[in-house]
Amino acid sequence: MTATELKGTPVRDYLLHDKPFWRRILQSREAGLIGALVVVVVLSISFVPNFGQPITLTYLVQTNFPIFVMLLPMTLIVVAGEIDLSVGSVLGVSSVVFGLLYDAKFSLVLAAIIAVLIGAGIGAFNGFLVTVVGLPSLAVTIGTLALFRGVAVGLLGTTAITDFPVDITTNLQNTIGASPFPILTIPFVILTIIFIVILQFTSFGRGIYAIGLGHETAHFSGVTVQRTKFVLYVISGLVAAAVGVVFTLEYDNSIGSNGIGDELLVVTAVVLGGVSTFGGRGTVLGAIVGGLLIAVLTSALQLAGVGSNGISVVTGSALILSVIGSRVLEGLTRGRREKKIAAAIGGE
Amino acid sequence: MFLRNMLPRKRRVVLGALAAVAAVAVLAGCASSTGKSSGSGSKNYKIAFVPKSLGNNYFKASDSGGSTAVKKFGGSYQEVAPATASPTGQVSFVQTLTQQRVGGIVLAADDPQAACTALNAAMKAGVKVVTFDSDTNCRSLFVNQVTPKGIAKSLVNLTGKALNGKGTVAIESGGPNATNLNLWIKYIKSYMASLYPGITIVTTVYGNDDAQQSLDAATGLLQKYPSLNGIIAPDTVAVAAAARYLSTSQYKGKVYLTGLGLPSEMRSYIKDGTVTQFALWDPSNLGYLAAYADKALIDGTITGKKGDTFTAGKLGKYTVGAHQTVILGPPTVFDKSNIDNYNF
Amino acid sequence: MSTQTPTRRGAPEWLKAIAKSRELSIVIVLVVILAFTTSAHPTFLFSPDGWREFLRTPSVLILIAVGEGIVIITRNIDLSVGSTLGLTAYFAGYLLSTYPAIPIIIVVLLTVFLGAIMGMINGLLVAFFKVPSLIITLGTLYAYRGIDVLWVGSNNIVPSQLPQSFENFGVDQLGSIPYVMIVAVVVVLITAWFMRNRRTGREFYAVGSDPDAAILYGLPTRKLVLTTFVISGTLTGLAGVIYLAAYASVDSQVGSGYELQAVAAAVVGGVAILGGSGTIWGVALGALLLQTISSALNAVGIPSLWQQAVTGVFIVGAIALDRALFLNSLRKSRSRSVGSSK
Repeated sequence: MTATELKGTPVRDYLLHDKPFWRRILQSREAGLIGALVVVVVLSISFVPNFGQPITLTYLVQTNFPIFVMLLPMTLIVVAGEIDLSVGSVLGVSSVVFGLLYDAKFSLVLAAIIAVLIGAGIGAFNGFLVTVVGLPSLAVTIGTLALFRGVAVGLLGTTAITDFPVDITTNLQNTIGASPFPILTIPFVILTIIFIVILQFTSFGRGIYAIGLGHETAHFSGVTVQRTKFVLYVISGLVAAAVGVVFTLEYDNSIGSNGIGDELLVVTAVVLGGVSTFGGRGTVLGAIVGGLLIAVLTSALQLAGVGSNGISVVTGSALILSVIGSRVLEGLTRGRREKKIAAAIGGE
Repeated sequence: MFLRNMLPRKRRVVLGALAAVAAVAVLAGCASSTGKSSGSGSKNYKIAFVPKSLGNNYFKASDSGGSTAVKKFGGSYQEVAPATASPTGQVSFVQTLTQQRVGGIVLAADDPQAACTALNAAMKAGVKVVTFDSDTNCRSLFVNQVTPKGIAKSLVNLTGKALNGKGTVAIESGGPNATNLNLWIKYIKSYMASLYPGITIVTTVYGNDDAQQSLDAATGLLQKYPSLNGIIAPDTVAVAAAARYLSTSQYKGKVYLTGLGLPSEMRSYIKDGTVTQFALWDPSNLGYLAAYADKALIDGTITGKKGDTFTAGKLGKYTVGAHQTVILGPPTVFDKSNIDNYNF
Repeated sequence: MSTQTPTRRGAPEWLKAIAKSRELSIVIVLVVILAFTTSAHPTFLFSPDGWREFLRTPSVLILIAVGEGIVIITRNIDLSVGSTLGLTAYFAGYLLSTYPAIPIIIVVLLTVFLGAIMGMINGLLVAFFKVPSLIITLGTLYAYRGIDVLWVGSNNIVPSQLPQSFENFGVDQLGSIPYVMIVAVVVVLITAWFMRNRRTGREFYAVGSDPDAAILYGLPTRKLVLTTFVISGTLTGLAGVIYLAAYASVDSQVGSGYELQAVAAAVVGGVAILGGSGTIWGVALGALLLQTISSALNAVGIPSLWQQAVTGVFIVGAIALDRALFLNSLRKSRSRSVGSSK
């Protein structure tokens, strides 16, 4: 190669944009996931009896609403390289507090506000332990998972509060007009847009990626690492508590075991959606598609008569296969690219 | 290293993920082809049993009774349930069954309220909902094993007679939110107070239907109350675990234990003298009756109002009582003399 | 974050080191709890049964937590232990009840072997695909549990199906120590010696404190990580046998939730969740402490509903305490180095 040729094609630009825009879109992780989702949906509609009804969609959103919504803040936290395993327990505490306050003749709105604030408080507690005290989030939130589940179960004891206003509980089951989408789709879509904007289009969001890639680099790039993380935990607690209130009304049931085990489902969805647990990588869209994928698979398998046992085998295998598959292909493409680069440099 | 950092990080080809999930979905498709489509004939006798959770011997027995009954009247039987009991765990299964257009659902409720929306939607879609073992606030009919008072009274009488009307007794239950257990415990307390005022009930502990937790609860009970005279465990998991603890402890033969247990799980403790007597109805008859009750609803011979009558195969004729409830009959008391005759 | 602080001359320093030792602080908490509970209810310890249950109940968790601790020391995590416990316990029960002709010892060996295989699957996936162990073992948590439920169905193991001698093993004692605890203690002794004195054991710590440095140094990190998962699976398989002997009944939900308890025991026992430090003794004591707390709560009659909350407080408290001690020692060593430079 001659020097003039090199001047015409700077190596760096070449590497970043060596393929046209549409190919990069198609080769993104999200595109692969959406493709997988489409394949699953098409196969389910054609092979699973009763899957191709509008009601399937209604049930799918209603049942998975808590997971879909809680995975939004979880995505941000995982991108920042941390984790929050306490969300299921926060949902439970919020549900119980909301029920108890309603039972104590508080107005629904006031009870909901207090429950959500308590959730934000628990998030702040997690955030305090992780950022100010400097404890590892996995260990902290395993602790608060147990702690707040105990509080939720202990507060209500052997009772459950169920007599919420009928008009609200039934309205929550309605669909938007004649469409199969339940009312709950609206808050979900709004929150999704908000979280996509936060993570992908604000400096706060770019800071989250920077934190996930490395604290020091983020710090020296002007990101307030600890404050950002703290805010993320508060948001996580707040959202989980809000979901707790909706969940309570949706099922007309305030009980200490609400939301038990949800944390693992949320993390599974986020990871299946391509968010790296090492931090710094992943998108809200991917996480949502991951959640949808699990939801559709579960629904299709149930309708196909596969029991809950089979479903958990499939969930587990899908999770493992997705990370391994992408890891293997990543290795392959990286190998090819590195060869290409080596060739380019070698030519120099 | 430097070059590697320059590579855009977001580029990932995930055909692997796609292929994997597609493979899983194809499996799902294959599985589905074995599932039969909706029931034929004039009446939809496609009946699904939804126990509290999978893997419980009690429901294994009740559902096998249900299966026998459904096959006898020419319907198709299926059983679905969550792997673990949780308040909302049954919801998605009820929804799925509604989508599959089954004729009837026979459900032992994990929670009195949580599945109601789904059950109401099912009933609106024409599915006949019968509950058994544990009731909900929304169903056409509840098939109860025994009246709650009947259960409480027989357990109180067994204990009262064994302790000669005086001493201290504790209750060991299953899940703290089980509707039926809480109701029985309430009546056990009131009957004990009125029939055997010399016996005090000191506490209620919960084993959460888990063998290990139930055993730990029994252990703690006797550490807190070393002079305890008796334990009443109206839950099959709890009574077996308490018996397991007593049989290996210094309290064997000194603390009177009774409750609702499965003969298969209690056999060795009856034989070694840890437990002298316990009670239970025949769960397979319960499932059998619930299946026939659902059939009667599907046929339209009953609607669930008081005074309706229907015939339940080998069990004979039953009448619907107050609160849309059918009662199976008095419980059986098991002891050394008859335990070998039962195999559930 | 190393626990091996260089010992300096002089008795006071030596004493301080002990005061700082995690194991000792756990023992102190344990003694306080035992003293309090026993003074309220003397039978908690001072009765043949109380003593036996105190030693018998924690044996399952100790075995699992030791394996979990070793995995965490290499900066990994094994969330599948609960599902592995359930599957191996049922496997042992199934063999004992269906094929009574097989000698018990063979059943035990087969079960431990099954556990090792399950651990090896985790280890292979983690080590060779370089995927975070959190994800892999979350996947196998679901998958193993699904297989368990699929296989068990409603065919629970009940006491009358098990050979009497095996059932007795779960409750009998040698002197005043239950056999199941003896098994746990032997395992703790061997693994503690291994982790402290054997080259491989030290290499586990090296991998956990700095994986990149370990690779540069030429350690076979893949093989080491694989080994820790096999150890974890093996010990969990053994715990499955012990569970079966101790509780004599197995349904498809045995062990669910144990993964968090095992991680909690390791963390309370002083293993840093980011790897590289912690001792097997600490882990075993952590497991003993957690289990004793829940037994003590039963015995003093704190409603079982609140017990999980108390456990949570202990987990958070333990890691916060760790951090405080670490910062304290960091400050001291800094001021010391500043002082010496003068």
